[in-house]
Amino acid sequence: MSERLRARFAQANGEGRAAFVGYVMAGFPEPEQTVPLLLGLEAGGTDVIELGVPFTDPLADGATIQRANEVAVAAGVTFTDCLAMVREARSQGLAVPLVLMGYDNPLLAYGEERAAADAAAAGADGFIVVDLPPDEAGTFREACAANGVSFVPLVAPTTAEERMGEVAAVADSFIYCVSVTGTTGGAEVPPEVGDLVSTIRRHTELPIAVGFGVSTEEQVARVGKVAEGVIVGSAIIAAIEGGSVEGCVDRVRSYVERVTGRSEAGA
Amino acid sequence: MSTETRSDLAPRFGEFGGRYIPEVLVAAHEELEEAYDAARNDPAFTEELAGLQRHYAGRPTPLYLAERLTEEVGGARIWLKREDLAHTGAHKINNALGQALLAKRIGKPRIIAETGAGQHGVATATVCAKLNLECVVYMGTEDIRRQSLNVFRMKMLGAEVVPVDSGSRTLKDAINEAMRDWVTNVRTTHYLIGSAIGPHPFPTMVRDFQAVIGREAREQMLEQAGRLPDVAVACVGGGSNAIGLFHPFIDDPVRLVGVEAAGEGLSAPGRNAATLVAGSPGVLHGTRTYLLQDEAGQILDTHSISAGLDYPGVGPEHSWLKTSERAEYIAADDAEALEGFQRLTRSEGIIPALEPAHAILPAIRLAEELGEGGDVLIGLSGRGDKDMHTVAEALGVTL
Repeated sequence: MSERLRARFAQANGEGRAAFVGYVMAGFPEPEQTVPLLLGLEAGGTDVIELGVPFTDPLADGATIQRANEVAVAAGVTFTDCLAMVREARSQGLAVPLVLMGYDNPLLAYGEERAAADAAAAGADGFIVVDLPPDEAGTFREACAANGVSFVPLVAPTTAEERMGEVAAVADSFIYCVSVTGTTGGAEVPPEVGDLVSTIRRHTELPIAVGFGVSTEEQVARVGKVAEGVIVGSAIIAAIEGGSVEGCVDRVRSYVERVTGRSEAGA
Repeated sequence: MSTETRSDLAPRFGEFGGRYIPEVLVAAHEELEEAYDAARNDPAFTEELAGLQRHYAGRPTPLYLAERLTEEVGGARIWLKREDLAHTGAHKINNALGQALLAKRIGKPRIIAETGAGQHGVATATVCAKLNLECVVYMGTEDIRRQSLNVFRMKMLGAEVVPVDSGSRTLKDAINEAMRDWVTNVRTTHYLIGSAIGPHPFPTMVRDFQAVIGREAREQMLEQAGRLPDVAVACVGGGSNAIGLFHPFIDDPVRLVGVEAAGEGLSAPGRNAATLVAGSPGVLHGTRTYLLQDEAGQILDTHSISAGLDYPGVGPEHSWLKTSERAEYIAADDAEALEGFQRLTRSEGIIPALEPAHAILPAIRLAEELGEGGDVLIGLSGRGDKDMHTVAEALGVTL
């Protein structure tokens, strides 16, 4: 529920640190690995999980997450499967909030209202839909609100300041700040991201989490100083790809432990 | 939100269209919408475009009565709107000129484009050479293989051609890659989309730039035939030539028939590109429209003998014309396209591109049904020189 997201950001920020938001793609590298990966993310110290919903045409993603999409689509992983994975992870004790992240068409095919209701029932807490700006999200936002799941809007470096208030107004848990113009896993997070966060801050009291171009320990620490949340995606996918399938959960867990500087979830 | 009301342009066609885009591109679309709305009402812009259409692109293109074909069929008269005679050999130049002028007006020095058959890539590269704009064209590796001549033409014109090796390696994937370039370089770059697809305002803007086809054809029919056609027929991939031909006839008692690519057959999912005939509504490439997709909303692979029709989506205005029943959509398969191609080539000495070749047999059937006294207008969107290798291969001839 969106309450779980708000509480987790409040908890992390109350401990004087930014929340660590980690992304994995459902069904990557294999569907059987997704639930263990979710638990591994949490064990490594992840505060909020983004679970990627596979799509054939991920047009805002760079090469790394494109590959993950292709593998997951080829394995036949659908939105229905993603919900089953969330349910299973919850039944195995996953406690951190989880948002589903992907593109609009698989949600439309499933049915927007049904998607929000079933996501809530499965134990998901929100949605990030890359190609569904607030302007087009009327029906889906209503469905999310009715089911107590969060619709997380994005703000980009190109977002006009007069629009930031309108975008921020639809948020109810946190705002996803895209740090650079580009695809995921592309250019490195720029030094001036702090200015962008400050500008957004004028329009919201909600936590702001920064993603795109964040992968190293240094970058995580740097972004963590200016924002309430730090989002890492491609680097986690790269860790999954960096060795045997069996070893992927251990690699992700130790990657998260390293960049967060913690060995346990604070839940 | 307030952002939808900054211009007089409607963002939707019924339930279709809209702007389903990453946030990073929102500002560029608003800027483009405002710039286009101002340009279309600015005589300096419309006169410059009209001058280039006339003196550079060779407009108006002829309306041609296909006399021998009409005689062979023995029914209604068959007329061809000869976009194959426009500069660069297809209707694509109409849109490329309009958008490139607009990009200059906005102050974007770099143009990116996607291409399937290569015709839009060639038109864009041509216009960029003329207007001194940097040009990068994304093209699927499967299409590069099929259309090597056009790849070389683009390079000669100074464009960089970037091979796209993801997905089905065709038009859809070239669009994905162009979008990725655009989200990265949006501040300096205009994405010159080649069909009446994509986020608002592209479907409206591209249609307006292509509507010169229908406006001319309408006037020419009245002048040369003494009446409007009974039916206008055009091939539909993304649907820019068809919407350009149809639009000026929307309020006339003229049947509008779009012909999609049935590839290897409508019963073979993934082996056709008949989006309106076999698809269902969804969101792809920034617009709500008919798509070829599976039950989970994944986009299907497509196939057509013509690279330019090989696309799993379609312009949103066509989706609206279908559901509002103002236009009809049918499909012709690879074999029918090849037959149409040969039929027109042999009876008129006009070699059509494989894309409009899909419209020939359906038009002949319509001419038979209508009988003498009727008139059928075909949008002949491009010439077939680029397709000689594909046709030879399909006919089992080694060149």
